[in-house]
Amino acid sequence: MELTLFFVGVIAATLRVSTPLIFGTLGELFAERSGVLNLGIEGTMFLGAFAGFAVAAKTGSLWIGLLGAIIAGVISGLLMALLSVRFGVNQHVAGLGITLLMTGVSLFSFRVIFGESKIQPSIDTFPLLKILPDSSIFAPIVNQYLLTYIAILFIPLAWWVINKSRFGLKIRAVGENPEAADAAGLNVYAIRTLALAIGGGLMAMGGAFLSIAQLGSFTFGIVAGRGWVCIALIIFANWNAINVLWGALIFGSVQALQLRLQTLGFKLPYELFLALPYVVTIIALTIAGRNATAPSALLKPYRRE
Amino acid sequence: MTKLKIERAAAPGWVKPLIPIIAIPVTFLITSLVILLAGANPLQAFYQFLVVPLSTKSSAIEVLVKSTPLLLTGAAAAFAFAGGYWNIGGEGQLYAGAIMAAWVGMVFKGVSPWIGIPAMIVGGMLGGLIWAFPSAILKVKLGVDEIVTTLLMNSIVTSVVSYLLNGPWRDPETMWPQSPDIDPGTVFFKLIPRTRLHFGFIVAVVVLIIIWIVINRTGFGLKMRAIGLSKEGARFAGIKVDKTMLIVALVSGAIAGLAGAGEVAGIQFHLIDSLSDSLGYSGVIVATLGGLNSIGVGLAAIFLGMIDTGAQTLSRTMGVPVYLGDVVQSTLLLVTLSLFLLQNFRLRRVK
Amino acid sequence: MHAVELKGIVKKFGDLTALDHVNFDLEKGEIHALLGENGAGKTTLMRILYGLYTEDEGQIRINEEPAVIHSPKDAIKLGVGMVTQHFTLVPTLTVAENLVLGESGSIAVNLADVEKKVAAASERFGIPVNPKALIKHLSVGERQRVEILKALYHEANVLILDEPTAVLVPQEVDVLFEALLRLQKKGLSVIFISHHLNEVMHICQRVTVLRDGKNSGTVKVCDTDMKELANMMVGRENFGVKRQDVREQGKVELVIEDLCVTDKKGLEALKHVSLEVHRNEILGLAGVSGNGQAELSAVLCGMQKIASGKVIAGGVDISHADPNCVCAAGVGRIPEDRHANMIGEMTVAENLILDQMNNFKKNGFLDKGKIQKNAEELIKRFKIKAKPQDRVRTLSGGNMQKVMIARTLSQNPSIVIASQPTRGLDVGATDYVRATLLEQRDRGAAVLLLSEDLEEIMALSDRIAVIFEGKIMGILSAQEATAEKLGLMMAGSPLSPERQAA
Repeated sequence: MELTLFFVGVIAATLRVSTPLIFGTLGELFAERSGVLNLGIEGTMFLGAFAGFAVAAKTGSLWIGLLGAIIAGVISGLLMALLSVRFGVNQHVAGLGITLLMTGVSLFSFRVIFGESKIQPSIDTFPLLKILPDSSIFAPIVNQYLLTYIAILFIPLAWWVINKSRFGLKIRAVGENPEAADAAGLNVYAIRTLALAIGGGLMAMGGAFLSIAQLGSFTFGIVAGRGWVCIALIIFANWNAINVLWGALIFGSVQALQLRLQTLGFKLPYELFLALPYVVTIIALTIAGRNATAPSALLKPYRRE
Repeated sequence: MTKLKIERAAAPGWVKPLIPIIAIPVTFLITSLVILLAGANPLQAFYQFLVVPLSTKSSAIEVLVKSTPLLLTGAAAAFAFAGGYWNIGGEGQLYAGAIMAAWVGMVFKGVSPWIGIPAMIVGGMLGGLIWAFPSAILKVKLGVDEIVTTLLMNSIVTSVVSYLLNGPWRDPETMWPQSPDIDPGTVFFKLIPRTRLHFGFIVAVVVLIIIWIVINRTGFGLKMRAIGLSKEGARFAGIKVDKTMLIVALVSGAIAGLAGAGEVAGIQFHLIDSLSDSLGYSGVIVATLGGLNSIGVGLAAIFLGMIDTGAQTLSRTMGVPVYLGDVVQSTLLLVTLSLFLLQNFRLRRVK
Repeated sequence: MHAVELKGIVKKFGDLTALDHVNFDLEKGEIHALLGENGAGKTTLMRILYGLYTEDEGQIRINEEPAVIHSPKDAIKLGVGMVTQHFTLVPTLTVAENLVLGESGSIAVNLADVEKKVAAASERFGIPVNPKALIKHLSVGERQRVEILKALYHEANVLILDEPTAVLVPQEVDVLFEALLRLQKKGLSVIFISHHLNEVMHICQRVTVLRDGKNSGTVKVCDTDMKELANMMVGRENFGVKRQDVREQGKVELVIEDLCVTDKKGLEALKHVSLEVHRNEILGLAGVSGNGQAELSAVLCGMQKIASGKVIAGGVDISHADPNCVCAAGVGRIPEDRHANMIGEMTVAENLILDQMNNFKKNGFLDKGKIQKNAEELIKRFKIKAKPQDRVRTLSGGNMQKVMIARTLSQNPSIVIASQPTRGLDVGATDYVRATLLEQRDRGAAVLLLSEDLEEIMALSDRIAVIFEGKIMGILSAQEATAEKLGLMMAGSPLSPERQAA
């Protein structure tokens, strides 16, 4: 019984913890499939967390807050498109600059809006869905946030868009062989810009989940490097939307396990456990990187000669 | 009918150094909007950023204090970038150096500064070098992208610091998450009494000079510059690209580690997890603004130091959040990068 | 009825005149070859027809109506399709997905529908393709057929094929020709760009030859033969330099033995190549671009791994050497791509000592004075129009090449590898480079000259070898070699046994 409760707890936590990773990774997937590495993901998730919280707090509506986060994310994606697609700035530095900028803007705006008070402003978060009654053993697993279910549904949706829709066909063409796409009459810049915009919106949703669903407030360390994990998750998933789910769940479970092992009395330094996802990510990058099939045009800005 | 056509044409060489200078007013123009939203007067704000910090002796010294770690993280990033190695892990390497520095300060008990201070310097460099090693070897041997790995290493070191400060290194007296104070023999002495300006500033300047000499006057510098400009051309000329890049990566890490040691030995005197407020990432900004050379890095570091100081004053006097400094700095980075690219476009009349 | 007429086409790129009042016409239902050496203007002319370039002067008529073509879209609307050597297919998509790429329409792509349409087109045109196949799983020949089908799917009735057989093995060539003949019967007109004389004779009705951007003649295949075509392609011209009488051949300095090299795609780029270069001689290696010269040059520069075989320079085995060792063995390298192999952002002085830094150090530091003096001396000696502090990328092509030459030759190499040394240079620089190579030969070096310029090879070489598809077709002495013989070998017919020289 103890063991069952333990595993139920782990699975439930895994689904929760994986949610921002799913959103973030799907967002980065759109960008990278179109040929752009968007290192602005960490900052965009942070921006999403801030925007979601701030708009929700000020309007009193969580859903409008979510919308605000998405809009902010789209703007971030468009800025990345302007820099790396239109201007042709080195994608690595442009992305990093956007992360720094969005982080600064978020912290700045938070202070401006909420002032410097000792009490952390907080809001009532999204409720957990009540699908099963509390008495059921599986209640914790199934009673997740609506956003978690949305995230899981977005996986097959993203897969369909990328692999079955006309737009997805264009994204794939542009990410593999922009010269061929151009010769076929596609507008490479426009497609990449749109992919980055969609990606930015998704990333911001991941950040918003952290602030308006999970935590109920906005803190400095709310994203804590999840964006970088998403970057590695894509390589781990071999740029395939369905694999993103498995990757996110695996990494989410590491974090969920770590919290619970603590309560079971394992005398392991829990801070070191916090590092585990990142360490595993580096290892995954090394292994997966050798066989990975990245979109061929990734990182190369396109110029029609 | 004449039309305007945008075409690519390389800009003359003299344009390049002007770009950071042009970027400054453009940046201030853009960030004016943000300042207005905060309910403050942009012109007053820029006055605080550009004029006030240098107007009094004490604030000028504070600028130098703020720029000390930036000189080092900027040098670390510039050195790596010039050699074609994108080291974004300055933040993590700084903390790794700080960890070693705190350890040195705890272990070297009752020593004279003649031993303590060099030990600090060596410790800091060693810490940063070790932290830079995994990314470097993965890049050189397996071609794994160093940008992502150095970023991940940044996240990992946060956990290590947290573990140390909440566990074995937690101060036994106060029970706060900070390490015991370092031994007085290992402290970076103050350069000017009753200010915060410490020996680390001299170390930073010396490092910048050494780097300048290495890059411009040694064979190694020529090799790494060649690799940074054209890997293929360097290989053709018989330069051992792998070995050189590995050394560049490790040296870069060591310099960033030194920045961490400086903060521990000169400012905080113990390790805390808020040691660095993105000093490593600011180093990337300093390096890019400074055009990857020592003199530029020096000027850029001081400029960013001014913005940091100005942002703090702004926060006190005009109620504008101190994070404005971060916004200005990152906008400056993006504007500079954009201008670097846009300089290669021309508007031309076409019949 | 003329399907296509090009009249008086002029195209300039800066100062270079690529096409000088060129005429070309295509009858409906004929397969018409466009022949010429590299740089003769064939591809440029066709790119104008397909809308990738715009002509500076001249007229285009399609089906006897004047036509204005500013982009591939215009060309496609007029029924012109082009299949180039760079396939415009996305490898990770299927045949059907590639064919439908540019179309707009519904949100979802009804692949089943498209696949049916593609299968129908494949049936109709007699070009067998599998609509569901991923491009990356297809052989080169199959990909080419997909490209052709793509053009036909978009209703082309004029098909431009740019060097279609360059990437095919003989069996695939047969399949291609069968398909072309079937399409011809259905009324398709084909422009066949090639330098493979035997294929041209085999399948085309007429041939237009271009040389140096001008018409060299248009003949019916039944009225001509390969010798005449080779002559029209290559011709004779006055030359800036003249090779002196044959010198005594010195001892063998460079030995290439049974060299096999596989390129990045896994194809065999060099197949059992064996050559020997003696001191006091220039051995010219003639051949059309893409037949293995680039790989051979890279191996000799220490930049390419070999699969098997040996390379011995002055008695030293450099088969697996890196650029450092190659230099140390006395090999001077003038590489094909001077832009990639020099550091454009560095100064002339820096580039000149980049591969011998250790000779320019004092007390561990770079001796700036010595570096400067070295630059000044070399600038004078090699007549480089530049100052030591100039960045190399600001130099003209000729002067950049002179810097590369200065760096190489100032070290007095016993072997000189010169790859396409006069490519892209103006007349003055070209003469200079050629004179320099002759000087080196007279000085006692063993010079291997790889060049696509047949005239250059013939003027400078003591012996001439020809490479075709990675194999040495034959080696002739300068007296025996004629443009016809070399042209035949360059086009793939080997020297008859009794003609093979040592």
